[in-house]
Amino acid sequence: MKAVAKALRGLRTWEDVCALRDVLPGTGVCALVGGRQVAVVRTAGAVYALDNFDPFSNAFVLSRGIVGDKGGIPKIASPIYKQSFDLRTGRCLDDASVRVPTYPVRVEEGRILVRSEPDAPTA
Amino acid sequence: MTKKRLVVVGNGMVGHKFLELLLEDPQREQWEVVTFCEEPRLAYDRVNLTTFFSGKTASDLALVEPGFYEEAGITVRVGDRAASIDRARRLVTSGRGTVVPYDKLVLATGSSPLVPPIPGREAQGSFVYRTIDDLEAIRAYAQAARTGVVIGGGLLGLEAANALNQMGLDTHVVEFAPRLLSMQVDETGGQILRAKIEALGVSVHTGKNTSRIVSADGRVAEIVFADGGALVTDMVVFSAGIRARDEIARDCGLEIGERGGIVIDDRCLTSDPDILAIGECALYRGRTYGLVGPGYQMARTAVATLCGEEVRLGLFDMSTKLKLLGVDVASFGDAQATRPGSRVLSFTDSVTGVYKKLVVSTDRQRLLGGVLVGDASSYGQLLQLMQNQIALPPRPEELILPQSAFGTRGRPGIASLPDGATVCTCQNVAKGTICRAICDERLESVGAVKLATRAGTGCGSCTPMLGEILAAEMKKAGKSVSKHLCEHFPHSRQELYHLVRVQQIRDFDDLVAKHGRGAGCEICKPAVASILASIWNESVQDEKHVGLQDTNDRFLANIQRDGSYSVVPRVPGGEITPDQLIALGVTAKKFCLYSKITGAQRVDLFGARLEQLPDIWRDLIAAGFESGHAYGKALRTVKSCVGSTWCRFGVQDSVSLAIRLENRYKGLRSPHKLKSAVSGCARECAEAQGKDFGVIATEKGYNLYLCGNGGMKPQHAQLFATDLDEDTLVRYLDRFLMFYVRTADRLQRTAGWFNNLEGGIEYLREVLIEDSLGICAELEAEMAHVVATYRCEWKETVQDPKKLDRFRTFVNSEAPDQSLVYIRSRAQHRPATWKEKARLSRQEVG
Repeated sequence: MKAVAKALRGLRTWEDVCALRDVLPGTGVCALVGGRQVAVVRTAGAVYALDNFDPFSNAFVLSRGIVGDKGGIPKIASPIYKQSFDLRTGRCLDDASVRVPTYPVRVEEGRILVRSEPDAPTA
Repeated sequence: MTKKRLVVVGNGMVGHKFLELLLEDPQREQWEVVTFCEEPRLAYDRVNLTTFFSGKTASDLALVEPGFYEEAGITVRVGDRAASIDRARRLVTSGRGTVVPYDKLVLATGSSPLVPPIPGREAQGSFVYRTIDDLEAIRAYAQAARTGVVIGGGLLGLEAANALNQMGLDTHVVEFAPRLLSMQVDETGGQILRAKIEALGVSVHTGKNTSRIVSADGRVAEIVFADGGALVTDMVVFSAGIRARDEIARDCGLEIGERGGIVIDDRCLTSDPDILAIGECALYRGRTYGLVGPGYQMARTAVATLCGEEVRLGLFDMSTKLKLLGVDVASFGDAQATRPGSRVLSFTDSVTGVYKKLVVSTDRQRLLGGVLVGDASSYGQLLQLMQNQIALPPRPEELILPQSAFGTRGRPGIASLPDGATVCTCQNVAKGTICRAICDERLESVGAVKLATRAGTGCGSCTPMLGEILAAEMKKAGKSVSKHLCEHFPHSRQELYHLVRVQQIRDFDDLVAKHGRGAGCEICKPAVASILASIWNESVQDEKHVGLQDTNDRFLANIQRDGSYSVVPRVPGGEITPDQLIALGVTAKKFCLYSKITGAQRVDLFGARLEQLPDIWRDLIAAGFESGHAYGKALRTVKSCVGSTWCRFGVQDSVSLAIRLENRYKGLRSPHKLKSAVSGCARECAEAQGKDFGVIATEKGYNLYLCGNGGMKPQHAQLFATDLDEDTLVRYLDRFLMFYVRTADRLQRTAGWFNNLEGGIEYLREVLIEDSLGICAELEAEMAHVVATYRCEWKETVQDPKKLDRFRTFVNSEAPDQSLVYIRSRAQHRPATWKEKARLSRQEVG
């Protein structure tokens, strides 16, 4: 039973949010996924999804930050107070005690799909 | 161990330095210290007193950190003057009647301004120039004054004249001697200095003996000269010299010099071995010393004497470098060539107002002294050559000839200085000490060097040398002083600007491929976006540029703390029609926006959601508004007063000029925001002197002020040129703005940029008026391009469906952003705080 419920939830929660071409490389957009605000960020070669909530300013703004890298780590900087977040893990690069949730994301046939359940935090 | 009691009379610069040095001495524990401070405030920086008139406050000038004395266990009697000394019983009695016993006494009473016994000097409106209290009184009185006379054309007199001039007074300097700065410079130097100062609008009267002051209703009205001439004036500032404050020493029978000053020996001891004297009140080798360097040396010697160490006073270095009314003046060593056999080499350029003189030994091998007027950039180097008796190059004249003629050949670098050379004479720091600190503590900035060694924290004139030493040491260690923008570009903003311009680079990807690495970041991307916009002026909304922009430029609005945006339409010069005002109100009501008048004569509409911005702008554009660029590092506004059209005092039409300037420079992207103002008369209602560029109307045209700043570090703008006609003004502004855009660092306002500019306002005039770099035509052409390619970014955006598509809160939903919550407040509304939001959402759930 448990396994079936899990599979169903899995099916239900991959959401088609937009076309890949809707997000310019090096920018982000915000998607509403299962009632949550998710920042969908595209770099030159990948797409990432993380919470749109910036814990430093308490505002939902991360998707509107500047995308770049720090020593090769892909990141986005909050547009309010400029703290940077690792796009892969959600870890704040300026304060190791802070992390924002990330979401599973994949690109299929030119569409971006995001799952509404956050990834489990990784160390 | 019972402590011995040390009483210090006077808490000026030298008194404070003495206490600082005493605290550092290992022997300090034996002393219990009490100090008298007559003024209502503890020691402050008197050398830079005049900066009080260019925006510095008493606390900026303070030398004593709050709590410093208390922590050190020193008792300070602020506002209490030591009135008498009983040497037999070893007691000091204060003005308030407190009696303090001492074992040792240090007198650091300083000096007082010398007011010549001119009849009428007691009238109201007569001042001296010595303390912050004096300056406050001058400032208050000057509010209602139009003309001011400074009696005394020495260092302090010119400082005072600068202050009066900055306050907008018609300023005169009266000097008894036949030239200005007669102690420091020679006749030619005095002439050049005079010409430069007169060009700033200050009238100079030399060889004038003031015989009396005429007053009306008890207030200064006129000064009369012995030769019969007279000057009508509202106030008089005396700075005709200083005299040692030796009364307390005189009264208790200490030996006093014939013309004043407490006689000391080379250990700073007075005629009473329990009493020492230091600073301006002390007479050593037959003279007193009005400079802080010798005062600090005396403080050092006095500490050593009290702690049983052997330090003796040597000869004092009376070299000085100052900026007087914006003119650099330096004098060092035997400036008047009094030594037998000395030879003089000099260079005079009366066009740009530069005079340089070297006094060398008969064999031209050693430098004995010199004078620099108008350009003192080589002062540090020349001083070192003299102090360390370094052999001069074969053609010593190359040391003072303009660089372009000979390149840098023949200029000994910092490397030729021996380690023992004193670099900072105020704090007595040798080159070797600085090098060791840089090496051992791995210092990488001039600021860090100052903190670690204290060099450069006195008069500051050795700061450029500290930079050279730092650069040399870091080069030795294989490091360079990093001016890199960030990890993605090993270049400064200025270098990147040059590369983009010369190599015709049009986008970030091309630039990073050719000159950088990685994916960029929030530092380099907006900086490069700004450079590209300044040079090519393509829309910041273009697909290849939009990802580089900070959120404000990306969405052409100002993000607020809750993630909503504010909108500021352009209101050129602050002139707005009733219909436009109504339209603003209608739009604000329609979209439920909080409205506020800004400091820049515009209206800011707050609380717009991202997806509302295009609709708001459609309405505003229909009402005739354009983007105000409040979101950009760009020209914001040219504020104006109402000017001669309406105002009974106005002398020019400031509104028309402000509109012309704002429309010319609107949309110009720059390293930081640019603010401007035009005032229609000298009353300066538009506050133009606090702007990046400000214009004040005169009867004959316009005075142009550059590089002022409000904000975090307020700074008065510098008077750049006077009585300009409109077209010349615009031409200078074109050049100035493009020169700043080209050369400033990222996020550096014009004031910070100016402060780092070697050569200051003189250099700016050379580059922008005299075209010394030969770039004025280029600068004008670049500005012409920017002006010709201006487009309203919002008009462009609302007509472009692809751009409009970005103004969506959610890429996959039309739902409004639930996180934006507002609370009614004073008939409008404000963002809910985080706590209020939490409470509201709980109520909704419940």
